[in-house]
Amino acid sequence: MATAARVHDLYPVPMAGRSNHGQNQQAYFRANLIRIFILLLIWAFVSFGCGIFMAPWLNQWYLPGTGYPLGFWFAQQGSIYVFVILIFIYVVLMKRLDRRYGVSEDDQA
Amino acid sequence: MSVQAWTFLLVGVTFALYIAIAIISRARSTRDFYVADKEVHPIANGMATAADWMSAASFIGMAGLISFLGADGAVYLMGWTGGYVLLALLLAPYLRKFGRFTVPDFIGDRYEAKTARMVAVVCAIFISFTYVAGQMRGVGIVFSRFLEVDIAIGVVIGMALVFFYAVLGGMKGITYTQVAQYCVLIFAFLVPAIFLSLMFADTAIPQLGLGRMGEDGQSLLQRLDGISTELGFGAYTEYQGSLINIAAITAALMLGTAGLPHVIIRFYTVRKVRDARSSAGWALLFIAILYTTAPAIAVFSRTNLLQSIPGTAYVDAPEWLGTWEDVGLIAWKDHDQDGIITYAPGQPFKGKPDFEETPGSQTAARGTSGERLVSNADTDGTNELYVDRDIMVLANPEIAGLPNWVTALVAAGGLAAALSTAAGLLLVISSAVSHDLLKGTIMPGISEKRELFAARIAAGGAVVIAGLIGIWPPDYVAAIVAFAFGLAASSFFPAIVMGIFSRRMNGPGAISGMIAGIVFTTAYILWFKFIEPGSNNPDNWWFGISPEGIGVIGMLVNFAVAIPIAALTKPPSEPVQRLIEDIRIPGDS
Repeated sequence: MATAARVHDLYPVPMAGRSNHGQNQQAYFRANLIRIFILLLIWAFVSFGCGIFMAPWLNQWYLPGTGYPLGFWFAQQGSIYVFVILIFIYVVLMKRLDRRYGVSEDDQA
Repeated sequence: MSVQAWTFLLVGVTFALYIAIAIISRARSTRDFYVADKEVHPIANGMATAADWMSAASFIGMAGLISFLGADGAVYLMGWTGGYVLLALLLAPYLRKFGRFTVPDFIGDRYEAKTARMVAVVCAIFISFTYVAGQMRGVGIVFSRFLEVDIAIGVVIGMALVFFYAVLGGMKGITYTQVAQYCVLIFAFLVPAIFLSLMFADTAIPQLGLGRMGEDGQSLLQRLDGISTELGFGAYTEYQGSLINIAAITAALMLGTAGLPHVIIRFYTVRKVRDARSSAGWALLFIAILYTTAPAIAVFSRTNLLQSIPGTAYVDAPEWLGTWEDVGLIAWKDHDQDGIITYAPGQPFKGKPDFEETPGSQTAARGTSGERLVSNADTDGTNELYVDRDIMVLANPEIAGLPNWVTALVAAGGLAAALSTAAGLLLVISSAVSHDLLKGTIMPGISEKRELFAARIAAGGAVVIAGLIGIWPPDYVAAIVAFAFGLAASSFFPAIVMGIFSRRMNGPGAISGMIAGIVFTTAYILWFKFIEPGSNNPDNWWFGISPEGIGVIGMLVNFAVAIPIAALTKPPSEPVQRLIEDIRIPGDS
């Protein structure tokens, strides 16, 4: 089949003697998954937690120093700020991880 | 200078700018045309993505929608931003590393099947057309309201412009015009918001205005809660709908955002995997500037509406009420014949206003207070006022008594938002046709030059079809937008995520999963929106989830079908195993 042949050409069998390399890559990907998992927990907690299911309860307090009911603030302001911060944290974490495992694009010509 | 003169000036200047950029950055190869030669800076790509993403609906409609929905409007705020976290963490870096041109490219290669690629192509084209129709309509509305030309002529002008820069420039031209369009639209959105914030909350930062303590020891939100409850609408800051349904809609919009092909394709245009991650962050930052301002505009305009209209006699009402009544987006039916506007929950009459005309002449028929008469049937409620949700952003400058150039700026911003989104979608349609259908399936041997030509023809054809839908919109445009998100959430998102994170997922599993997800979601939406619209209420919904939120369940159906079928059939081949290895590592392995 044409598609399978194309995939085969693009991803040839690797050279022998690179098994060590493969283990390193698996460790890198596992470390990546842990970071993704933790960040997505925070993502779900601020939006679905604070912004939706806990919002009616959180609304009994105000964001300190303002008249923003807390649950409403999370739903319409806070969660969005947290989303932006989460992505940039991931960028920084992965930049370090890429270097540590030698898979950074800068290390290659 | 009049509003109209200002509008002509600002719209003319911005259009000239877009055309100039398109000429400078026109595409010379298919790589230029599909992915801007993969040389876009992550910040520029972030801006382009933001403009691509924020449509006429975000710019014109969202703040108004939230102002009527109150707390429940959060589904759009979180739903249309939270998806970028999923994109940055789960999709963008891997698809960039995969490094070809389209979403169906990935689905086809990863699952080793033309069927999978075809399912993806059909979904991509359907989703994009659904979306683009709304944009062309938005262009038409802005033209007709501010330049007083016919909606059809407005759509044709918009079509001609998009045709010019999408067909000539491809992705490269689109990207740099979108950067300019982002700057125009965000400036146009913020200027009136800052004026309003100064008026209502004494601070130049709208995001702080809502919560800022006033001299009476109450914030604007607390005051609005008070007025709102008094009139029977319920507290503005408390959810009115069921939390389960609110969560389902939010999740469906997030997953749908992450699965929309015109958003995903933007991450193919940057140089490195690392840039794909950071450019998702920049995109969300630029989007967040508008999305955190919108709830402030919603509160300012809601407060203004509730403070100035209910209990006021029609003859004493502010001037903007009459202006928008003349356009047909506000209507008042004086049920109790007391000349005073009563505003309460519920519909003032059945359906959209149907204005009467004086027999024998073309002028509007007027009632005893001078209001335009409507012939709609009455409802049981006491409410007398109809306000179209779309007018909030467009009417704000007038309501706040801002200078004419601000009104014109808003018009130019609305056009920038609509045109930038339309161009991104048209590119997806054109690449689906020329790259996935022609080159990928029908004529694999096609030369680069002819493929580029085909891509341009396809983009041109798509512009014309989109324009026709904009001039003669089917009644169900709004209903099918829910459809686009539902489809993206139940087909693309799970198929791509499993393709990256599971080594075991294979062609048969992914294809049957996509088909099951699409069939389930489509059937649910068709049933409640078209076949039995009368039964579209919480008593009949499954799990209490409305058609807008059903994409989440569609995604679960996809997983539930795909995983067992993949487990029972052959694992993916050796080369595909290596493809999976390869996309998981940023550098060359």
